[in-house]
Amino acid sequence: MIQIKDLHKSYHMGSNSLHVLKGINFNVKEGELVSIMGSSGSGKSTLLNILGMLDEADSGSYILDGVPIKNLNEKIAARYRNKFLGFIFQSFNLINYKTALDNVAMPLYYQGLKRKERIEKAEYYLEKVGLADWSHHLPSELSGGQKQRVAVARALASDPKVLLADEPTGALDSVTSHEVMDLIQGINDEGKTILIVTHENDIAQMTKRIVQLKDGVIIDDSPVKQIRAKEHV
Amino acid sequence: MFNKDRWDEILEALTANKFRTLLTAFGVFWGITILVLLLALTNGLKNGVIASFDNFAANSMFTWTQRVSIPYKGLPKGRRFNYKLDDVKALKSEFPELKYVSPRNSLGGYRGANNVTRGTKIGAFQIYGDYPEFIEQLPMDILQGRFISHSDINAKRKICVIGVDVVASLYDKGEDAIGTYIKINGVNFMVVGVFKNVNSQGDSEEEANTIFIPFSTFNQAFNYGDRVGWMAITAYDEYGITGLKERIFNVLKGRHTIHPNDNRAFGHRDISEDFAKVTGLFSILTLVGYFVGALILLSGIIGISNIMLIVVKERTKEIGVRRALGATPWNIRLQILQESLILTILSGMTGVAFAGGVIWLMNYSLDQSGPVENFANPSVGMSVIFTALTILIVSGLLAGMIPANSATRMKPVDALRIE
Repeated sequence: MIQIKDLHKSYHMGSNSLHVLKGINFNVKEGELVSIMGSSGSGKSTLLNILGMLDEADSGSYILDGVPIKNLNEKIAARYRNKFLGFIFQSFNLINYKTALDNVAMPLYYQGLKRKERIEKAEYYLEKVGLADWSHHLPSELSGGQKQRVAVARALASDPKVLLADEPTGALDSVTSHEVMDLIQGINDEGKTILIVTHENDIAQMTKRIVQLKDGVIIDDSPVKQIRAKEHV
Repeated sequence: MFNKDRWDEILEALTANKFRTLLTAFGVFWGITILVLLLALTNGLKNGVIASFDNFAANSMFTWTQRVSIPYKGLPKGRRFNYKLDDVKALKSEFPELKYVSPRNSLGGYRGANNVTRGTKIGAFQIYGDYPEFIEQLPMDILQGRFISHSDINAKRKICVIGVDVVASLYDKGEDAIGTYIKINGVNFMVVGVFKNVNSQGDSEEEANTIFIPFSTFNQAFNYGDRVGWMAITAYDEYGITGLKERIFNVLKGRHTIHPNDNRAFGHRDISEDFAKVTGLFSILTLVGYFVGALILLSGIIGISNIMLIVVKERTKEIGVRRALGATPWNIRLQILQESLILTILSGMTGVAFAGGVIWLMNYSLDQSGPVENFANPSVGMSVIFTALTILIVSGLLAGMIPANSATRMKPVDALRIE
């Protein structure tokens, strides 16, 4: 699903140059649930941003579902993001003046779907994350866990190839963290490829494979025995 | 481009901060209100001044004779002469461009001596000898009866058409003037018509104090021979009277043995020239109205642009999220542009409606208080509304342009990082 070869990325700040990714190679197969771990500054967020086409690598190749991702202009990048990727953010990033339902329907809006279709799909995914009763609530009327579940529904709405989650449990307490992880595991069980960036070990243990990043290189990449989040709930 | 979803998106964004939206909208609202009001006031002034032209056909001039100022062919300087009926005929045959050439004579005048009697009633009125065409040059409302006809001219009938004020001073209330006789300078005339001026301001009183009698009757009854006091000349609309003037005077100079350079022998007043001067003045005033209004509007538009910039700044993260979810830069730009466009047009059209209300109030109070000198019927045409709409659309787009571009300048990854 994802093939990355010799990925480099550096940031320039004035005369200083910061080499963040120093040759990353890794592959993700369809249906995997991978966590990317590392201390802050290890380059894990940069890697996720490049995977999410929010940022571009300086060199190296990136192939997503057989499509080489390079020389993107913003328009094509937007289309690819919409088609291939679903994002889950640490701070949820819901649009605060839109209801849960409208938030979930947003990627579908940019796909150009008709309103009726959008609402139907959005309702389906809200139901899936267990928030059908909250569809007409604004984000400010939801708890943190509920917000993240809406965000998960939104990431799923466009039926992407890969879900990218950047510290999805970073803003949640451990009980709601496990609820959200349970949801993510459930989605993965249905076959969706999911990448999670986290620095919490117990969250990483709930994935199927842990990639350890340090100073811009992968120092460890090994499968783990998945711990089901349900056991903690 | 504007389906329901777009509307929802735009309305959601605009109503997210209602008070601020309202304040922003006020700038444009005020600008367009001032613009429309300025134009309406200019128009009112113009209407008022034009009305003082007495509705006289604009493409016209009056001409009369004065003293000769240059000796010519043995004739001395200072000689007096008169237009004759032959001059009228000659002008008509030589200038097919002329629509009407009406010879006129008059008796009495402003604060003249009493010259008309009816029984025991007596009054001082202006008496004109006229041709039937004159009513085409100076439109008036015939309230009763008729105006002078050609058979009156031919038969030299002693008939007259009198103004409403003449009726008021010579007749009792409710008395029918038609068919009665009045005595003008000792000669009896039958009243065949009563007229009122269509729309004149200021001197309407004087105008309605007027009696028209057939030109031929006038000359015979008051011993004018074939003399013509002055002529009212109107050209067809496709020929400007101002351009014909010189040729007309050349012909008249030849007919009266006047030196070709003697321009002081004839007096004239060119209505079309006066008219052009006044309309020119008002086109400048209209321009000033547009200019001042547009400047005020500009500050409103800058206000919108400013607020949209702030909105874009505030929504940087939201824009980042939208782009992560698949919004293209064009999607974002279009939304910002549309928001600013909608805001501008809505507030602008409210301004137009408000200005319309104010204009209506002005007209209403003018109707209530009666005519005001040099001011009548302030109004704007549909063309102004369309111009205003165009200005609004253009300025709405302009106002949105900078914010729209700044909204997409930031990379999505940076936009998402903003807290």
